[in-house]
Amino acid sequence: MTSALSARSLCVRLGGREVVKNVSLDLRPGEFVGLLGPNGAGKSTLLKAIMGLVARSGRLTLGDRPIEALTPTESAREVAYLPQEREINWPVQVRTLIGLGRSPHRGASSVPGEADRAAVDAAMAAMDLVELQERSSLELSGGERARVLIARALAQETPVLLTDEPAAGLDPAHQITLMATFRKLAREGRSVLASLHELTLAGQWCDRVILIADGGIVAEGPPDAVLTPGNLATVYGVRAQITVSDDGLSVVPTGLI
Amino acid sequence: MRIELSYPLLLAALGLVTAVLFVVSLVTGPAGIAFFESLEALVTGRSGAASIVMQEIRLPRAILGAIIGASLGLSGAALQGYLRNPLAEPGLLGISASASLGSVIAIYTGLSAAFTLALPLMALTGAVGAVLLVRLLAGAGAQTITLILAGVAVTSFAGAMTSLALNLSPNPFAALEIVFWMLGSLKDRSMTHVWLALPFILIGWAMLFQVGRALDALTLGEAAAATLGFRLERVQALVVFGTAACVGAATSVAGAIGFIGLVVPHLLRPLVGAEPGRLLAASALGGAAVLLAADIAVRIIAPERDLKLGVLTALIGAPFFLWLIFKQQRGGQ
Repeated sequence: MTSALSARSLCVRLGGREVVKNVSLDLRPGEFVGLLGPNGAGKSTLLKAIMGLVARSGRLTLGDRPIEALTPTESAREVAYLPQEREINWPVQVRTLIGLGRSPHRGASSVPGEADRAAVDAAMAAMDLVELQERSSLELSGGERARVLIARALAQETPVLLTDEPAAGLDPAHQITLMATFRKLAREGRSVLASLHELTLAGQWCDRVILIADGGIVAEGPPDAVLTPGNLATVYGVRAQITVSDDGLSVVPTGLI
Repeated sequence: MRIELSYPLLLAALGLVTAVLFVVSLVTGPAGIAFFESLEALVTGRSGAASIVMQEIRLPRAILGAIIGASLGLSGAALQGYLRNPLAEPGLLGISASASLGSVIAIYTGLSAAFTLALPLMALTGAVGAVLLVRLLAGAGAQTITLILAGVAVTSFAGAMTSLALNLSPNPFAALEIVFWMLGSLKDRSMTHVWLALPFILIGWAMLFQVGRALDALTLGEAAAATLGFRLERVQALVVFGTAACVGAATSVAGAIGFIGLVVPHLLRPLVGAEPGRLLAASALGGAAVLLAADIAVRIIAPERDLKLGVLTALIGAPFFLWLIFKQQRGGQ
């Protein structure tokens, strides 16, 4: 089966330092993949490198096409990206802001069409924002703002979705809503890659996890194969209590090593 | 309080206000021609002195008021949207200061006395020079902070050169002429000025009106906008060169007129739901209306004293801006 997104030998140098070292990864249709690793491991930079937001070397293909063959609008219809920085600059209405995710689909038309409205409605419903849709986006709490920006990326309705720490700042209920949404997207045949710090969320919801440290991949595979005491000790420097239940893997860090 | 006004209705209302002010500008002046008589003289051109006054003095003045005001409002809105900073204004990139410097050189060297168009042409050269220098300093596709810093550097340098010209001015009259010119005015401009400025202004508008959707996307920041399919280098080039073309041309025929590019977008932002793309057309119309109103006001307040337009816009604009900040501050608490 062809990968939805495939990276080969990605390298990024920032300020003379190699931040991403020779990373190769595949994102297949129908999978929700967690990108794990400590602060400064290179998770954000790796996502930015895939999106072409930092200078990179290596090969990147979307489906069977090299990414260079796509125009910016074409690739925006294929891959959506949620930056870690939750930037909203003007007090635009929540609904309008989420509608920005439709930009690559709207062509030259200045008014949103039926499909655009439907996509925005679905994204708002998924992120529990229907009641907030008329609000100004600068009046929101941190968690609400995060959900609005996730909804913006969902409204883009792309086969591939890359998100940088989407669960940060969300309350437990909305974290679970988010994970369930990503899993649902994956079951519909789309591919989701999310960087996460919440190991239990990754253990319970991700089909596969990629563990990186110091710019390179340390381990990848099903959560129970990757989130082992040994890996957690070498990569994060923590001891953890790992339990397996029907919900999946639960990882609770209990102390430093 | 929340003002609900649909976008087309807002544009229609602003357009109507601008049209009314345009007509009022046409019928305002020291020649004391009656309302219908003046419009008839303008249209038919067969009323002798009245027709000359209307066609050669008031018509160019009203046209320049409208297109320069629109340029200032539009470029202010575009720069604020692009830089995502409500304090950005058309002078930020050093264009106004450099256009002023060009005109000062024309006055200082006596070129403007030799032929009239030397002044606007030199000002335009200054504006083009400024934008090229800013692009050279910052590099194409530069980070916005680099662009702002390069603009500040060019503004300071052009300001210093203007001061030097004043400092070394051979006679007090040249210095006075320079100072007066820099205050900004639409008095005694001809259709030649209109024809000189209009092409650049239209090119500038054409460039700035293309970036609306990209400015909307930039509400989410540069990374998100880029991944939504917008080429930010192209957006930057359109904003920088579009502003240079219309503000450079505006400054070259009217001098430096401050505050409109800053205040008008700020004033209209709540009426367009803070959407940067919609703010463009609204600010263009709003800028035209405000400049026409100011230019009518200088003729009514002090008909004999030649009150300068730039003085009035700053005199009203600055306290008004303070009031806006004060109101916003209290609203935020």
